[in-house]
Amino acid sequence: MPELSQLKIAEAREALRKGEVTSVELTEACLAEINAAGALNAFVHDTPDLALEQARAADARPDCGALNGIPLGIKDLFCTKGVASQAASKILDGFKPEYESTVSRNLLEAGAVMLGKLNMDEFAMGSSNETSVYGDAVNPWTVGDRRLTPGGSSGGSAAAVAADLCLGATGTDTGGSIRQPAAFTGITGIKPTYGRCSRWGIVAFASSLDQAGPMTKDVRDAAILLQAMCGHDPKDSTSADRPVPDFEAMLTGDIRGKTIGIPREYHMEGMPDEIAALWAEGRAMLEDAGARLVDISLPHTQYALPTYYVIAPAEASSNLARYDGVRFGHRAALDEGDGIAEMYEKTRAEGFGPEVKRRVMVGTYVLSAGFYDAYYNRARKVRALIKRDFEAVFAEGVDAILTPTTPSAAFGLGEMAEADPVAMYLNDVFTVTVNLAGLPGISVPAGLNAQGLPLGLQLIGRPWEEGDLLNTAYALEQAAGFVAKPARWW
Amino acid sequence: MSIDTQTARKVAHLARIRVAEDELPALAGEFNAILGFIEQLQEVDVDGVEPMTSVTPQRLTRRADVVTDGDQQDKVLANAPDAREGFFAVPKVVE
Repeated sequence: MPELSQLKIAEAREALRKGEVTSVELTEACLAEINAAGALNAFVHDTPDLALEQARAADARPDCGALNGIPLGIKDLFCTKGVASQAASKILDGFKPEYESTVSRNLLEAGAVMLGKLNMDEFAMGSSNETSVYGDAVNPWTVGDRRLTPGGSSGGSAAAVAADLCLGATGTDTGGSIRQPAAFTGITGIKPTYGRCSRWGIVAFASSLDQAGPMTKDVRDAAILLQAMCGHDPKDSTSADRPVPDFEAMLTGDIRGKTIGIPREYHMEGMPDEIAALWAEGRAMLEDAGARLVDISLPHTQYALPTYYVIAPAEASSNLARYDGVRFGHRAALDEGDGIAEMYEKTRAEGFGPEVKRRVMVGTYVLSAGFYDAYYNRARKVRALIKRDFEAVFAEGVDAILTPTTPSAAFGLGEMAEADPVAMYLNDVFTVTVNLAGLPGISVPAGLNAQGLPLGLQLIGRPWEEGDLLNTAYALEQAAGFVAKPARWW
Repeated sequence: MSIDTQTARKVAHLARIRVAEDELPALAGEFNAILGFIEQLQEVDVDGVEPMTSVTPQRLTRRADVVTDGDQQDKVLANAPDAREGFFAVPKVVE
């Protein structure tokens, strides 16, 4: 058996069932790895005592849940009862929820063990984990001494899974925040259909786009973890009341006769050769597996990012209005004579970081009188057209769509510091359409670039057909045969 | 559309975020970069298109209009920066 923290969820499940290992042993192995991996800054609130208590409880009730005894990391965006949950923001400093998010509760009820909370971009706004109040999470993959971003916003989750600090992790994805970090760290991440996972108890960023999903070491683990995370929840009015199929049982690897679309608009000008080459290889792999590859058109693709950068800040400005220094988190020290307006303004100036402030203010602007129609309503109309593009190709019989996940491999920490905010936004160019259309999307590690860094391919599925999508991803995973691991330096 | 310092000041106030006077020009510059980027939406033909309200065509579910929760004042106040006598405390609002 390999080192215990290196196990996949399916392997650990098997070993636990056979009595070859206990949850306490698995949990202790992960906690030791977490302790030794401070340089990655992936875990930001460790809960070793709670984890061991949960592990002991799991060992005492063998095989009672799908994830019984499996140690996981939870993104800091999820509210976890009695455990710091601050969305990597100073404004939620000291916040310990009195309740458990539905997704993390589902995991605990399935028997999972929570190792701690994972680093992320502040309020999930970022593509490099550099906007976190905890400091940068660091990619376990490196090029020489150059330290790289694990991507964002779920950068801590990605780094932790890639470095084998845990068996799997939760992420959330508003514009690519599961898939882009998964691609940058050589792991698998799926954002399910909007409505599959309850948003209740997840700190809200852009409510019409946010979805939780698993980040795992392979596609089978993604199926197992997604199964446990999702399901109908009356506490989220957008949660889908529809049956959840057995995703793992759908992993046959047989994709003969499936139709996979290649969208011509994703051939972006200036696409690096290594990304174009990987995409072509992915196409060949799926063809060899018996799928029919067709060229398709999604004509409004180029408008997806600008649409996103109206809608997401608009929703964020509304959602983040609750951080007012009254009910939870940080309140600024006030001067003599300061009233309630000064309290709001000083609290939010101190509590929010620069990127969050920027987005809240952009959102405020596009929603303000005189600009609401020109920006916000127009963006919502273009969003309808983007969704229609996908509906048209699915109606023509396309089962899934293959694209690169990101326009590049992981970049260096600090390298984008001087760039225009828009340059960072371009990271989401291939992923953001999926959130706007509410579709499921998965990133699968598919190769290494010339510098030895992982690259991911994205598959986009029909709404509610995560099972079929996971199976296509499984076939791609088998064909790509990606097994590389980062060399340990931390 | 170009945002000047005056507009940046107004937006910061609307968002209830204090921005120092000497930081307003840089903020206005960042707004302009972002708004310049989203300006391309103006070229899309959206005639007759309904603005999307929900990505999945579903009616929000209804439930009976009854009390389902409550009676947990201590939990509600547990994370407040300043709670007194069972209330959230804030600076004086009414003179």
